[in-house]
Amino acid sequence: MGEVLIETKGISKEFSGVRVLDNIDIGIERGEIFGIIGENGAGKSTLVKILSGIYTPTGGKIFFEDKEVEIKDPLHAKVIGISIIPQEFNLINELNVYENIFLGSEITRKGFLNTREMKKRTISLLEELKKSIDPEEKIERLSVAQKQMVEIAKAIAYDSKLLIMDEPTTVLTLNEIEILFDLMSSLKERGVTIIYISHKLKEVRNICDRVMVLRDGQMISVSQTGEVDEEEMAKRMVGRELSQIFPNKVSPSDEVIFEVENLTISGLLENISFSLHKGEILGFAGLVGAGRTELAEAIIGIRKKDSSKISIKGKPVEIKSPNDAVKNKIAYLSEDRQGSGILTSFDLIKNTTLISLPAYSKILINSKKEREKTKKYVDKFNIRAASLKTKLEFFSGGNQQKVSLAKSLDPEPEIFIFDEPTRGIDVNAKREIYRFMNELVKEGVSCILISSELEEIIGMCNRVVVMKEGRITGILEGEHINEEEIMLHATGLKGVA
Amino acid sequence: MAGENVKRRFEYERFGPLIALAILFVISAVASPYFLQTQNLLNILRQVSYTGIIALGMTFVIISGGIDLSVGSMVALVGGVVILALNWLLSVFGEGGEAWAILFALIIGLLFGAGLGALNGLMVTIGKIAPFIATLGTMAIFRSMALYIGSAGVFRSESNLFPDLGMGRVLGIPNPVVVFISLAVIFAIILNKTRYGRYLCAVGSNPKVAMYSAIKVNLTRFISYVAVGITVGFSAVFLSARLNSMSSTNGGMNYELDAIAAVIIGGTPMTGGAGSILGTVIGAITLGIINNMLNMLGVSPYLQGTVKGVVIIGAVLIQRKRSQ
Repeated sequence: MGEVLIETKGISKEFSGVRVLDNIDIGIERGEIFGIIGENGAGKSTLVKILSGIYTPTGGKIFFEDKEVEIKDPLHAKVIGISIIPQEFNLINELNVYENIFLGSEITRKGFLNTREMKKRTISLLEELKKSIDPEEKIERLSVAQKQMVEIAKAIAYDSKLLIMDEPTTVLTLNEIEILFDLMSSLKERGVTIIYISHKLKEVRNICDRVMVLRDGQMISVSQTGEVDEEEMAKRMVGRELSQIFPNKVSPSDEVIFEVENLTISGLLENISFSLHKGEILGFAGLVGAGRTELAEAIIGIRKKDSSKISIKGKPVEIKSPNDAVKNKIAYLSEDRQGSGILTSFDLIKNTTLISLPAYSKILINSKKEREKTKKYVDKFNIRAASLKTKLEFFSGGNQQKVSLAKSLDPEPEIFIFDEPTRGIDVNAKREIYRFMNELVKEGVSCILISSELEEIIGMCNRVVVMKEGRITGILEGEHINEEEIMLHATGLKGVA
Repeated sequence: MAGENVKRRFEYERFGPLIALAILFVISAVASPYFLQTQNLLNILRQVSYTGIIALGMTFVIISGGIDLSVGSMVALVGGVVILALNWLLSVFGEGGEAWAILFALIIGLLFGAGLGALNGLMVTIGKIAPFIATLGTMAIFRSMALYIGSAGVFRSESNLFPDLGMGRVLGIPNPVVVFISLAVIFAIILNKTRYGRYLCAVGSNPKVAMYSAIKVNLTRFISYVAVGITVGFSAVFLSARLNSMSSTNGGMNYELDAIAAVIIGGTPMTGGAGSILGTVIGAITLGIINNMLNMLGVSPYLQGTVKGVVIIGAVLIQRKRSQ
């Protein structure tokens, strides 16, 4: 039994009388990797926010290095040695990489910024992460995965004793995840304690020493990861047996509903051609940076296309703006939920009808009709909301995603593009979204599923388009849809690159 | 779970400015026996209506995430053009057609205001110039144009009927107040009950989400600048009608500050994305009562700006505390 670094005794948190965290007692040892799992709303993020000084607990005590501490704010947490890699990025887009990494703790010499030293340290930090990112690159020009790496570099730049990682791997590729795990192991050897939160149970089992299961704010169990398998973890998370996660695939019809020919954006996409059948789920696999999101944005008219021929049901169409896309019955569910999917300052109703608002208004908006329609979606998707007038900023990630779905669905699309629809949401919400996609294709809607989770692509799709660096390297069907084939095409080892 | 609490705070946010106005009203009534006289109250309303009307359009611009600093100069330029147009129309229509001349002058004023607003709107949307900069530029341009056309003097109307528009009353209520209240109702309906109002909030809240939601972001923003131009048109016409003239040097001076102040005191955040027309009306009246009281209590006019400034800063501080 090692030395305990951080210990909580009876930590509880209430929000307006509702207990979201109930009497949590944990003791985490120095150099331990401690996993926390649970569904959305189970209290994981709340616990993390308490430990990193963002929330004050309503009750209970925290001991850090055997001393009782009151963590006042994130800066205070950092000072005593607790760093967090948050779920949502906390980087300033307008600043460059090294400025972000040293934000708030700039290295100075005689009162002036010592940029050379900061750049040097940034390079060595990123080297440790096996990433070559230019320290002077603006954050806004980085890919999502690169941003994540900068977040990680930022957290390890301080000599933290406790590093909290809240879903760090959701946006990383397999390769990057491996690098991260290597890094975690070496941090562990240096005696750094890591709290690791994830929805990916396999990862938790592989990397963590112990795992705690949270459900509805209660601590359900703490066990050695060797003692529980993934199924058992999932069972404890939801509190009941899990049924099959992917629904049975539906066979699409032969009718081609949507066809893209030779879509090109110079420097980004080259000669993309594919067709989508009625009632089909067409997967788009590839590594981060393969150009899948860019393709979706080009299709719905957000990105200018240099050349393309797009036809719907055999008729050529021009899509120059999202408005054209909606008119042509194409919906897009963005990978960046908060950045381009939902308005967090709008309530549930106003978000749901944002795209389809013309259907609710001649001159004045028919708010009764809006309300009734929203209620239907709340029932259909099992959206958990205090009221229809609750702003979305108070919703959990999974519930926000469901609202985002309802919003895209309300204009009654015939072609539905899902871009990483299950990123950062729990098993249960995932299952609901898969079931919903299945229902959609049964109704004759055709879907495009862009996903970095191979399991999802394999479990859901009728055919899979694999992309690499802006080109299609293969379109896989039937038994060829497997992990190995997809990865071979995604890395360019197989197929026409 | 956190919903109820949120709702309560939201209501508080909505009624905060109203409560502040009520308190101010009671204090004023106690402090001065003249305050509650109908004539005084109507006077306050009339005084605030010129900037109040502009503040309605300004609310839209601020909700969209923008600002319009040019409205004060625009008042002088539009007012001057209205008077020049009126004088010309009088000669066209002759003796019997004075009412028609005034009507056409009014329409010209509104269209001209809309046009100047459109100019701002184009710079902000197509030109992608920050609203602060674009309207700072037109603020200088409009004032200079007014000075040039008016030779830095006063535009004088030759109409004898025009002042009736500015001084007249409907059911005992001064015309500009009638216009202010009517426009406030219209703007409130547009903001709360129409698609445009919803889109305006969406664009101000997060333009990227709005774009992905098939909302025409640029058009929405553009219209808000046209709207504020139209309100400037109304304000300029009724102000010049009241004086039967418009000063190219002082006309509309500092109106942008009062209009923006009314919007802020009314609880519309400068960051955009949300806002309240009722709040803006309350904000405008609050400013008017403060001025009125300071006058009645004999406070030096030089100090009135200080009080106004303190109220604006106080209002924002209170709002920030509340939203935390």
